[in-house]
Amino acid sequence: MDCRRIEKLLDSYLDRELDRDSAITVKRHLQVCGECSRTLDARSSMSSSIKRRATYYPAPAELANRIRTQVPHAAAYRADKTRQPRFRLPAWSRWFQLGGAVAAAVVVTTIATMQLTSMPEDQRIAEQVLSGHSRSLLTSHQIDVASSDQHTVKPWLSSKLDFSPTVTDLTTSGFPLRGGRLDYVDNRPVAVLVYGHRQHVIDLFIWPDEAVSDASRTRVFSKRGLNLRHWAVAGMTYWAVSDINTADLEAFAEHYASAR
Amino acid sequence: MPHLNAAHNLAYWLARDQRNAEDIVQEAYLRAFKFMESFDGDNGRAWLLAIVRNTFYTWLEKTRADKSNIEFDEEVLASHGYDMQALERDENYSIDQALQQEESRRWLNRALALLPAEFREVIVLRELEELSYKEISTVAGIPVGTVMSRLSRARNLLLQHLKATQES
Repeated sequence: MDCRRIEKLLDSYLDRELDRDSAITVKRHLQVCGECSRTLDARSSMSSSIKRRATYYPAPAELANRIRTQVPHAAAYRADKTRQPRFRLPAWSRWFQLGGAVAAAVVVTTIATMQLTSMPEDQRIAEQVLSGHSRSLLTSHQIDVASSDQHTVKPWLSSKLDFSPTVTDLTTSGFPLRGGRLDYVDNRPVAVLVYGHRQHVIDLFIWPDEAVSDASRTRVFSKRGLNLRHWAVAGMTYWAVSDINTADLEAFAEHYASAR
Repeated sequence: MPHLNAAHNLAYWLARDQRNAEDIVQEAYLRAFKFMESFDGDNGRAWLLAIVRNTFYTWLEKTRADKSNIEFDEEVLASHGYDMQALERDENYSIDQALQQEESRRWLNRALALLPAEFREVIVLRELEELSYKEISTVAGIPVGTVMSRLSRARNLLLQHLKATQES
Protein backbone atom coordinates (compact mmCIF):
# COMPACT_ATOMS: atom_id res chain seq x y z
CA MET A 1 0.00 0.00 0.00
CA ASP A 2 1.32 3.46 -0.77
CA CYS A 3 2.40 6.03 1.82
CA ARG A 4 -0.46 8.40 1.08
CA ARG A 5 -3.04 5.83 2.11
CA ILE A 6 -1.02 4.73 5.13
CA GLU A 7 -0.56 8.32 6.25
CA LYS A 8 -4.33 8.72 6.56
CA LEU A 9 -4.45 5.72 8.90
CA LEU A 10 -1.53 6.63 11.15
CA ASP A 11 -3.49 8.60 13.74
CA SER A 12 -6.16 5.92 14.11
CA TYR A 13 -3.34 3.40 14.39
CA LEU A 14 -1.75 5.52 17.10
CA ASP A 15 -5.08 5.85 18.93
CA ARG A 16 -5.76 2.10 18.62
CA GLU A 17 -8.94 2.79 16.73
CA LEU A 18 -8.12 0.81 13.59
CA ASP A 19 -9.69 -2.53 12.82
CA ARG A 20 -7.34 -5.48 13.12
CA ASP A 21 -6.65 -6.01 9.42
CA SER A 22 -5.82 -2.36 8.75
CA ALA A 23 -3.65 -2.24 11.87
CA ILE A 24 -1.62 -5.20 10.59
CA THR A 25 -1.27 -3.54 7.18
CA VAL A 26 -0.01 -0.33 8.79
CA LYS A 27 2.36 -2.23 11.06
CA ARG A 28 3.90 -4.11 8.14
CA HIS A 29 4.31 -0.90 6.18
CA LEU A 30 6.00 0.83 9.13
CA GLN A 31 8.58 -1.92 9.32
CA VAL A 32 9.83 -1.08 5.86
CA CYS A 33 9.09 2.64 5.55
CA GLY A 34 11.25 5.08 7.51
CA GLU A 35 9.32 8.08 6.36
CA CYS A 36 5.96 6.87 7.64
CA SER A 37 7.64 5.75 10.89
CA ARG A 38 8.95 9.26 11.39
CA THR A 39 5.55 10.73 10.66
CA LEU A 40 4.03 8.39 13.23
CA ASP A 41 6.66 9.37 15.81
CA ALA A 42 5.97 13.06 15.24
CA ARG A 43 2.20 12.61 15.58
CA SER A 44 2.70 10.46 18.64
CA SER A 45 4.94 13.06 20.34
CA MET A 46 2.43 15.77 19.56
CA SER A 47 -0.40 13.68 20.98
CA SER A 48 1.41 12.88 24.21
CA SER A 49 2.70 16.44 24.62
CA ILE A 50 -0.86 17.73 24.54
CA LYS A 51 -2.03 15.02 26.94
CA ARG A 52 0.74 15.83 29.38
CA ARG A 53 1.09 19.55 29.08
CA ALA A 54 -1.94 21.31 27.64
CA THR A 55 -4.02 22.92 30.39
CA TYR A 56 -7.12 21.17 31.66
CA TYR A 57 -9.67 23.72 32.88
CA PRO A 58 -11.79 22.21 35.66
CA ALA A 59 -14.98 24.03 36.64
CA PRO A 60 -14.59 26.68 39.35
CA ALA A 61 -16.23 25.63 42.61
CA GLU A 62 -18.95 28.28 42.50
CA LEU A 63 -20.19 27.20 39.08
CA ALA A 64 -21.88 24.09 40.50
CA ASN A 65 -23.70 26.31 43.00
CA ARG A 66 -24.82 28.69 40.34
CA ILE A 67 -26.24 25.88 38.23
CA ARG A 68 -27.94 24.40 41.28
CA THR A 69 -29.78 27.65 41.98
CA GLN A 70 -31.06 27.61 38.39
CA VAL A 71 -32.43 24.10 38.68
CA PRO A 72 -35.71 24.98 40.42
CA HIS A 73 -36.68 27.02 37.33
CA ALA A 74 -35.91 24.10 35.13
CA ALA A 75 -37.85 21.87 37.51
CA ALA A 76 -40.86 24.18 37.16
CA TYR A 77 -40.53 23.90 33.40
CA ARG A 78 -40.56 20.14 33.72
CA ALA A 79 -43.64 20.13 35.93
CA ASP A 80 -45.50 22.19 33.31
CA LYS A 81 -45.04 19.50 30.77
CA THR A 82 -47.99 17.21 30.66
CA ARG A 83 -46.62 14.36 28.64
CA GLN A 84 -44.74 11.62 30.35
CA PRO A 85 -41.08 11.00 29.58
CA ARG A 86 -40.72 8.27 27.01
CA PHE A 87 -37.74 6.84 28.77
CA ARG A 88 -37.01 6.07 32.34
CA LEU A 89 -34.94 8.96 33.64
CA PRO A 90 -31.26 8.21 33.84
CA ALA A 91 -29.78 7.96 37.32
CA TRP A 92 -27.93 11.23 37.14
CA SER A 93 -31.00 13.21 36.27
CA ARG A 94 -32.76 12.34 39.48
CA TRP A 95 -30.74 14.65 41.68
CA PHE A 96 -32.23 17.53 39.74
CA GLN A 97 -35.51 16.65 41.34
CA LEU A 98 -34.26 16.35 44.90
CA GLY A 99 -34.75 19.10 47.46
CA GLY A 100 -31.95 21.33 48.71
CA ALA A 101 -30.20 19.56 51.56
CA VAL A 102 -30.62 16.08 50.17
CA ALA A 103 -29.45 17.28 46.79
CA ALA A 104 -26.39 18.89 48.34
CA ALA A 105 -25.43 15.65 50.08
CA VAL A 106 -25.97 13.63 46.92
CA VAL A 107 -24.07 16.14 44.85
CA VAL A 108 -21.04 15.95 47.11
CA THR A 109 -20.91 12.18 46.72
CA THR A 110 -21.62 12.43 43.02
CA ILE A 111 -18.84 14.93 42.50
CA ALA A 112 -16.40 12.65 44.30
CA THR A 113 -17.38 9.78 42.02
CA MET A 114 -17.78 11.69 38.79
CA GLN A 115 -14.50 13.52 39.04
CA LEU A 116 -12.72 10.21 39.17
CA THR A 117 -14.16 9.39 35.78
CA SER A 118 -13.92 12.84 34.24
CA MET A 119 -10.35 13.61 35.26
CA PRO A 120 -8.06 11.06 33.68
CA GLU A 121 -5.14 13.40 34.30
CA ASP A 122 -5.62 13.34 38.08
CA GLN A 123 -6.12 9.61 37.96
CA ARG A 124 -2.88 9.11 36.17
CA ILE A 125 -0.95 11.26 38.62
CA ALA A 126 -2.69 9.64 41.60
CA GLU A 127 -1.43 6.29 40.32
CA GLN A 128 2.11 7.60 40.02
CA VAL A 129 2.03 9.11 43.51
CA LEU A 130 0.70 5.84 44.92
CA SER A 131 3.40 3.88 43.14
CA GLY A 132 6.09 6.24 44.44
CA HIS A 133 4.78 5.85 47.97
CA SER A 134 4.48 2.06 47.78
CA ARG A 135 7.87 1.70 46.12
CA SER A 136 9.57 3.68 48.87
CA LEU A 137 7.99 1.51 51.56
CA LEU A 138 8.87 -1.72 49.73
CA THR A 139 12.47 -0.82 49.08
CA SER A 140 12.89 0.88 52.47
CA HIS A 141 14.16 3.86 50.53
CA GLN A 142 11.93 6.30 52.31
CA ILE A 143 14.30 9.07 53.08
CA ASP A 144 17.23 10.66 51.25
CA VAL A 145 17.84 13.29 53.89
CA ALA A 146 16.79 12.25 57.41
CA SER A 147 16.17 15.20 59.63
CA SER A 148 13.42 16.69 61.71
CA ASP A 149 15.00 20.07 61.05
CA GLN A 150 13.24 21.96 58.28
CA HIS A 151 16.37 24.08 57.82
CA THR A 152 18.28 20.95 56.82
CA VAL A 153 15.64 19.36 54.62
CA LYS A 154 14.66 22.44 52.64
CA PRO A 155 18.14 23.44 51.40
CA TRP A 156 18.91 19.83 50.55
CA LEU A 157 15.77 19.54 48.40
CA SER A 158 16.27 22.97 46.85
CA SER A 159 19.80 22.04 45.81
CA LYS A 160 18.52 19.00 43.91
CA LEU A 161 15.45 20.59 42.33
CA ASP A 162 14.55 23.61 40.25
CA PHE A 163 12.11 24.85 42.88
CA SER A 164 12.00 25.26 46.63
CA PRO A 165 9.20 23.52 48.52
CA THR A 166 7.77 24.76 51.80
CA VAL A 167 9.16 22.54 54.55
CA THR A 168 7.61 22.76 58.01
CA ASP A 169 8.02 20.53 61.02
CA LEU A 170 4.58 19.71 62.43
CA THR A 171 5.66 17.85 65.59
CA THR A 172 3.50 20.07 67.79
CA SER A 173 0.46 19.10 65.72
CA GLY A 174 1.26 15.39 65.91
CA PHE A 175 2.96 15.07 62.52
CA PRO A 176 6.73 15.12 63.10
CA LEU A 177 8.92 15.74 60.06
CA ARG A 178 11.19 12.77 59.44
CA GLY A 179 12.98 13.90 56.31
CA GLY A 180 12.68 14.22 52.57
CA ARG A 181 13.50 12.43 49.36
CA LEU A 182 13.29 12.88 45.62
CA ASP A 183 10.87 11.04 43.39
CA TYR A 184 9.79 11.25 39.76
CA VAL A 185 6.16 12.03 38.93
CA ASP A 186 4.41 13.48 35.89
CA ASN A 187 7.67 13.40 33.94
CA ARG A 188 9.62 15.55 36.35
CA PRO A 189 11.63 15.26 39.56
CA VAL A 190 9.52 16.16 42.59
CA ALA A 191 10.09 16.76 46.31
CA VAL A 192 8.66 14.32 48.84
CA LEU A 193 8.41 15.35 52.49
CA VAL A 194 8.11 12.41 54.85
CA TYR A 195 6.05 12.91 58.00
CA GLY A 196 5.15 10.50 60.78
CA HIS A 197 1.86 10.10 62.58
CA ARG A 198 1.98 7.55 65.40
CA GLN A 199 3.15 4.37 63.61
CA HIS A 200 2.16 5.66 60.17
CA VAL A 201 4.01 7.38 57.36
CA ILE A 202 2.68 10.28 55.34
CA ASP A 203 4.37 11.20 52.08
CA LEU A 204 3.75 14.70 50.80
CA PHE A 205 4.65 15.05 47.10
CA ILE A 206 5.26 18.61 45.91
CA TRP A 207 6.05 20.14 42.55
CA PRO A 208 5.26 23.33 40.65
CA ASP A 209 2.37 23.13 38.22
CA GLU A 210 0.89 26.41 37.17
CA ALA A 211 -1.80 24.72 35.16
CA VAL A 212 -3.50 23.60 38.37
CA SER A 213 -5.64 26.39 39.75
CA ASP A 214 -5.95 26.95 43.50
CA ALA A 215 -8.91 25.96 45.65
CA SER A 216 -11.05 24.47 42.89
CA ARG A 217 -8.99 21.35 42.92
CA THR A 218 -8.95 19.84 46.39
CA ARG A 219 -9.54 16.16 45.77
CA VAL A 220 -9.73 13.06 47.86
CA PHE A 221 -9.05 9.61 46.50
CA SER A 222 -8.96 6.17 48.06
CA LYS A 223 -7.11 3.42 46.31
CA ARG A 224 -5.83 0.05 47.38
CA GLY A 225 -6.37 0.84 51.06
CA LEU A 226 -4.43 4.10 50.86
CA ASN A 227 -5.83 7.60 51.04
CA LEU A 228 -4.73 10.46 48.84
CA ARG A 229 -5.43 14.15 49.16
CA HIS A 230 -4.60 16.60 46.42
CA TRP A 231 -4.63 20.39 46.51
CA ALA A 232 -2.86 23.33 44.92
CA VAL A 233 -1.63 26.66 46.26
CA ALA A 234 0.18 29.45 44.46
CA GLY A 235 1.35 27.43 41.49
CA MET A 236 2.48 24.45 43.56
CA THR A 237 0.66 21.15 43.45
CA TYR A 238 0.46 18.88 46.52
CA TRP A 239 -0.35 15.20 46.88
CA ALA A 240 -0.47 13.67 50.35
CA VAL A 241 -0.62 9.88 50.55
CA SER A 242 -0.81 7.61 53.58
CA ASP A 243 -2.58 4.68 55.16
CA ILE A 244 -4.04 6.95 57.86
CA ASN A 245 -7.77 7.68 57.62
CA THR A 246 -9.14 10.54 55.51
CA ALA A 247 -10.00 12.71 58.54
CA ASP A 248 -6.41 12.52 59.85
CA LEU A 249 -5.07 13.18 56.38
CA GLU A 250 -7.29 16.24 56.12
CA ALA A 251 -6.04 17.43 59.53
CA PHE A 252 -2.49 16.96 58.30
CA ALA A 253 -3.17 18.99 55.16
CA GLU A 254 -4.72 21.78 57.22
CA HIS A 255 -1.79 21.91 59.65
CA TYR A 256 0.65 21.96 56.76
CA ALA A 257 -1.25 24.73 54.97
CA SER A 258 -1.66 26.91 58.05
CA ALA A 259 1.96 26.51 59.14
CA ARG A 260 3.28 28.05 55.97
CA MET B 1 -22.68 17.91 39.43
CA PRO B 2 -21.95 15.14 36.92
CA HIS B 3 -19.28 15.73 34.28
CA LEU B 4 -18.98 19.39 35.27
CA ASN B 5 -15.20 19.51 34.85
CA ALA B 6 -15.37 17.88 31.44
CA ALA B 7 -18.15 20.28 30.42
CA HIS B 8 -16.20 23.29 31.63
CA ASN B 9 -12.94 22.17 30.04
CA LEU B 10 -14.63 21.73 26.66
CA ALA B 11 -16.50 25.04 26.93
CA TYR B 12 -13.32 26.85 27.93
CA TRP B 13 -11.34 25.45 25.03
CA LEU B 14 -14.13 26.31 22.60
CA ALA B 15 -14.87 29.81 23.88
CA ARG B 16 -11.28 30.50 24.97
CA ASP B 17 -12.60 32.73 27.71
CA GLN B 18 -13.49 32.06 31.34
CA ARG B 19 -16.69 34.04 31.64
CA ASN B 20 -18.21 32.84 28.40
CA ALA B 21 -17.22 29.27 29.24
CA GLU B 22 -19.15 29.47 32.50
CA ASP B 23 -22.21 30.96 30.84
CA ILE B 24 -22.15 28.24 28.20
CA VAL B 25 -21.85 25.46 30.79
CA GLN B 26 -24.67 26.90 32.85
CA GLU B 27 -26.93 27.18 29.82
CA ALA B 28 -25.96 23.67 28.73
CA TYR B 29 -26.93 22.10 32.06
CA LEU B 30 -30.32 23.76 31.93
CA ARG B 31 -30.81 22.50 28.39
CA ALA B 32 -29.67 19.06 29.49
CA PHE B 33 -32.38 19.06 32.08
CA LYS B 34 -35.07 20.23 29.70
CA PHE B 35 -34.19 17.71 27.04
CA MET B 36 -33.71 14.82 29.38
CA GLU B 37 -36.14 12.71 27.34
CA SER B 38 -33.76 12.72 24.41
CA PHE B 39 -31.16 10.92 26.49
CA ASP B 40 -31.11 7.24 25.63
CA GLY B 41 -29.28 6.27 28.80
CA ASP B 42 -26.21 5.11 26.96
CA ASN B 43 -23.32 7.49 27.55
CA GLY B 44 -24.08 10.42 29.85
CA ARG B 45 -20.79 12.17 29.36
CA ALA B 46 -20.89 12.14 25.56
CA TRP B 47 -24.54 13.22 25.61
CA LEU B 48 -23.82 16.13 27.94
CA LEU B 49 -20.70 17.22 26.04
CA ALA B 50 -22.74 17.23 22.84
CA ILE B 51 -25.12 19.69 24.51
CA VAL B 52 -22.22 21.84 25.68
CA ARG B 53 -20.88 21.89 22.14
CA ASN B 54 -24.25 22.81 20.61
CA THR B 55 -24.73 25.52 23.21
CA PHE B 56 -21.34 26.93 22.28
CA TYR B 57 -22.16 27.08 18.56
CA THR B 58 -25.53 28.70 19.25
CA TRP B 59 -23.76 31.25 21.43
CA LEU B 60 -21.12 31.80 18.76
CA GLU B 61 -23.71 32.48 16.06
CA LYS B 62 -25.51 34.90 18.30
CA THR B 63 -22.23 36.67 19.14
CA ARG B 64 -21.35 36.88 15.49
CA ALA B 65 -24.76 38.21 14.60
CA ASP B 66 -24.27 40.84 17.29
CA LYS B 67 -21.02 41.73 15.44
CA SER B 68 -17.40 41.46 16.72
CA ASN B 69 -14.78 38.72 16.61
CA ILE B 70 -15.66 37.04 13.34
CA GLU B 71 -12.28 36.51 11.83
CA PHE B 72 -10.23 35.68 14.86
CA ASP B 73 -9.19 32.25 13.64
CA GLU B 74 -8.28 33.06 10.10
CA GLU B 75 -6.41 36.26 10.85
CA VAL B 76 -4.40 35.01 13.77
CA LEU B 77 -3.68 31.72 12.10
CA ALA B 78 -2.45 33.37 8.95
CA SER B 79 0.03 35.37 10.97
CA HIS B 80 1.26 32.25 12.70
CA GLY B 81 2.04 30.11 9.74
CA TYR B 82 -1.03 27.93 9.37
CA ASP B 83 -1.65 27.85 5.66
CA MET B 84 -3.98 24.87 5.89
CA GLN B 85 -1.93 22.92 3.38
CA ALA B 86 -0.91 19.42 4.25
CA LEU B 87 2.39 19.23 6.05
CA GLU B 88 5.21 17.80 4.02
CA ARG B 89 7.17 15.05 5.59
CA ASP B 90 10.15 16.65 7.19
CA GLU B 91 9.04 15.95 10.72
CA ASN B 92 12.12 14.05 11.77
CA TYR B 93 12.98 16.03 14.87
CA SER B 94 11.98 15.14 18.38
CA ILE B 95 9.02 17.14 19.60
CA ASP B 96 10.05 16.50 23.17
CA GLN B 97 13.38 18.15 22.57
CA ALA B 98 11.66 21.07 20.94
CA LEU B 99 9.07 21.43 23.63
CA GLN B 100 10.56 21.89 27.04
CA GLN B 101 8.38 22.01 30.13
CA GLU B 102 6.89 25.42 30.80
CA GLU B 103 7.71 26.80 27.43
CA SER B 104 6.06 23.84 25.83
CA ARG B 105 2.97 24.19 27.99
CA ARG B 106 2.58 27.78 26.96
CA TRP B 107 3.29 26.99 23.35
CA LEU B 108 0.84 24.09 23.27
CA ASN B 109 -1.94 26.06 24.93
CA ARG B 110 -1.49 28.84 22.44
CA ALA B 111 -1.19 26.60 19.40
CA LEU B 112 -4.30 24.71 20.45
CA ALA B 113 -6.23 27.92 21.07
CA LEU B 114 -5.32 29.08 17.56
CA LEU B 115 -6.56 25.94 15.83
CA PRO B 116 -9.86 26.34 13.99
CA ALA B 117 -12.72 25.19 16.23
CA GLU B 118 -13.55 22.00 14.34
CA PHE B 119 -9.99 20.77 14.84
CA ARG B 120 -9.62 22.16 18.34
CA GLU B 121 -12.66 20.31 19.62
CA VAL B 122 -11.54 16.89 18.40
CA ILE B 123 -8.11 17.37 19.97
CA VAL B 124 -9.60 18.45 23.31
CA LEU B 125 -12.06 15.55 23.30
CA ARG B 126 -9.41 13.03 22.35
CA GLU B 127 -6.31 14.13 24.26
CA LEU B 128 -7.77 15.87 27.31
CA GLU B 129 -11.02 13.94 27.78
CA GLU B 130 -9.67 10.70 26.32
CA LEU B 131 -12.91 9.93 24.49
CA SER B 132 -13.06 7.15 21.91
CA TYR B 133 -13.63 8.02 18.23
CA LYS B 134 -17.18 6.78 18.58
CA GLU B 135 -17.84 9.08 21.57
CA ILE B 136 -16.27 12.02 19.73
CA SER B 137 -18.53 11.26 16.79
CA THR B 138 -21.54 11.47 19.15
CA VAL B 139 -20.39 14.74 20.71
CA ALA B 140 -19.47 16.50 17.47
CA GLY B 141 -22.29 14.98 15.41
CA ILE B 142 -19.96 13.75 12.67
CA PRO B 143 -19.22 10.24 11.31
CA VAL B 144 -16.35 8.26 12.82
CA GLY B 145 -14.47 8.53 9.53
CA THR B 146 -14.59 12.32 9.82
CA VAL B 147 -13.35 12.14 13.41
CA MET B 148 -10.42 10.14 12.06
CA SER B 149 -9.49 12.60 9.34
CA ARG B 150 -10.02 15.67 11.51
CA LEU B 151 -7.78 14.35 14.28
CA SER B 152 -5.13 13.51 11.74
CA ARG B 153 -5.42 16.95 10.19
CA ALA B 154 -5.41 18.65 13.58
CA ARG B 155 -2.20 16.97 14.74
CA ASN B 156 -0.69 17.74 11.39
CA LEU B 157 -1.56 21.43 11.73
CA LEU B 158 -0.04 21.58 15.19
CA LEU B 159 3.17 20.00 13.89
CA GLN B 160 3.22 22.44 11.02
CA HIS B 161 2.75 25.30 13.45
CA LEU B 162 5.59 23.96 15.58
CA LYS B 163 7.86 23.85 12.60
CA ALA B 164 6.97 27.41 11.65
CA THR B 165 7.64 28.54 15.23
CA GLN B 166 11.05 26.91 15.25
CA GLU B 167 12.03 28.46 11.96
CA SER B 168 11.10 31.97 12.92
